[in-house]
Amino acid sequence: MTAPAATLPETARPRLLRGVRTKFDRVRDTWVLLAPERTLKLDQIGHAILSETNGERSFGEIVDRLAATYNAPRDRIAEDAGRFLASLIDRRMAEAR
Amino acid sequence: MNTQAQPEPAAAVQARPPMAMLAELTHRCPLSCPYCSNPLELAAKASELGAADWATIFAQAAEIGVLQVHLSGGEPASRRDLEEIVGAAHAVDLYTNLITSGVGLTERRLDALVDNGLEHIQLSLQGVDAEMADRIGGYRGGFARKMQVADWIARREIPLTLNAVMHKQNLDRLPDTIELAVELGARRLEVATVQFHGWATRNRAALMPTRAQAREASRIVAEARERLRGVLVIDYVTADHHAEYPKPCMGGWGSTGFNVTPDGRVMPCHAAHTIPGLVFEQAPGTHLGDIWRHSAAFNAFRGFDWMQEPCRSCDRKTRDFGGCRCQAMAFAGDARATDPVCIKSPLHARLQEAAEADAAAEGAELVYRTSPA
Ligand code: SF4
Ligand code: SF4
Repeated sequence: MTAPAATLPETARPRLLRGVRTKFDRVRDTWVLLAPERTLKLDQIGHAILSETNGERSFGEIVDRLAATYNAPRDRIAEDAGRFLASLIDRRMAEAR
Repeated sequence: MNTQAQPEPAAAVQARPPMAMLAELTHRCPLSCPYCSNPLELAAKASELGAADWATIFAQAAEIGVLQVHLSGGEPASRRDLEEIVGAAHAVDLYTNLITSGVGLTERRLDALVDNGLEHIQLSLQGVDAEMADRIGGYRGGFARKMQVADWIARREIPLTLNAVMHKQNLDRLPDTIELAVELGARRLEVATVQFHGWATRNRAALMPTRAQAREASRIVAEARERLRGVLVIDYVTADHHAEYPKPCMGGWGSTGFNVTPDGRVMPCHAAHTIPGLVFEQAPGTHLGDIWRHSAAFNAFRGFDWMQEPCRSCDRKTRDFGGCRCQAMAFAGDARATDPVCIKSPLHARLQEAAEADAAAEGAELVYRTSPA
């Protein structure tokens, strides 16, 4: 049994796949991720990660920017963002090139 | 004159905003699948809502919190104004998903749909080869057409889910079904074991899988999920007549979404009309927000107060909500009864015996769904 990838290489450039997008849900006052047959509620961290994810930036750059913005330890951010993005890739909502 | 204070309406259960709606744009369809979930009494073409009414419905839906709209049927492409309807859903920022057999789509229509905001297509699969698919769908040439449409979708990189209804006659081809989904570039595959609602109730002996088939399907899906991680996501609807506990039907009655029929009736699920006594309000004349919060039909099975034993005192009730109300109605003759799929239901043994008998039956003719007037 292959375990799901827990993180991304620093050089990988992740992005959401076509048909997957974020939206601010005014009725529930939260950000959500809309994908085929799925809706995920985004917490503040999830939304921050996806705001930095555009297919151009490498995972390393994304982590640097988040660490700077939130003044948080880089390892912690790398772990959270890596796990989150890897789970989206597993579920065919994102890809990394 | 009655001077007494009016009692509060029975269901004081707070309804959270709905997440999704299923829009049955038409019951017309070139295919005639023997398990079609459309009602036995199909809505006539003349009764169908126009595109402007659908636009109003989508705007109301977005206003009350709906995020995704599933454009379904029948075959939505049987409507000439499907492109306009997609545009209306997109205009109010609903996530738009088209559920189609592919028949009726052309390259030009696909381009127009995408231009108007279509985000995802769910293509139904009646079999993995023309012989099986065209026989089950009751439509010659349907499979070839579908493969052509799948190719057009892939070339436009439109996100694709395949929906394969599995039953006695095609479960043995499940591995090929999974391979076909990968070949066609689908991101997702729904392996949906036939549910006995709608037209499938007339085809139990022809479609009921055996217990061995159901078990083998679970094994194949588990293996494929591991092997295809990151390639293909597989959603799996199990054969519930061979199960011990029911499914959380609709995620709980009136809790996450609703259906709108071609003529605008708003229902908690596509089979809710089989429960006598429920009255369904009409959209867009009655605002969806009023229907969602106040409709007696939506409030009928919200929360837990409506439950009887054994559900009432069961700790699984927060997980499965007592199962499917329509199945309870069909087998127990009481929509408040425990879903007879449940091992705690007094009808469980009878349901399973009937399922075994239908699974063992050989050579039953398919009863195809008909066309609406
Ligand atoms: S299940 Fe078959 S007959 Fe029914 S709407 Fe879908 S394609 Fe048409
Ligand atoms: S008794 Fe009711 S609540 Fe308990 S498992 Fe069965 S259906 Fe679910």
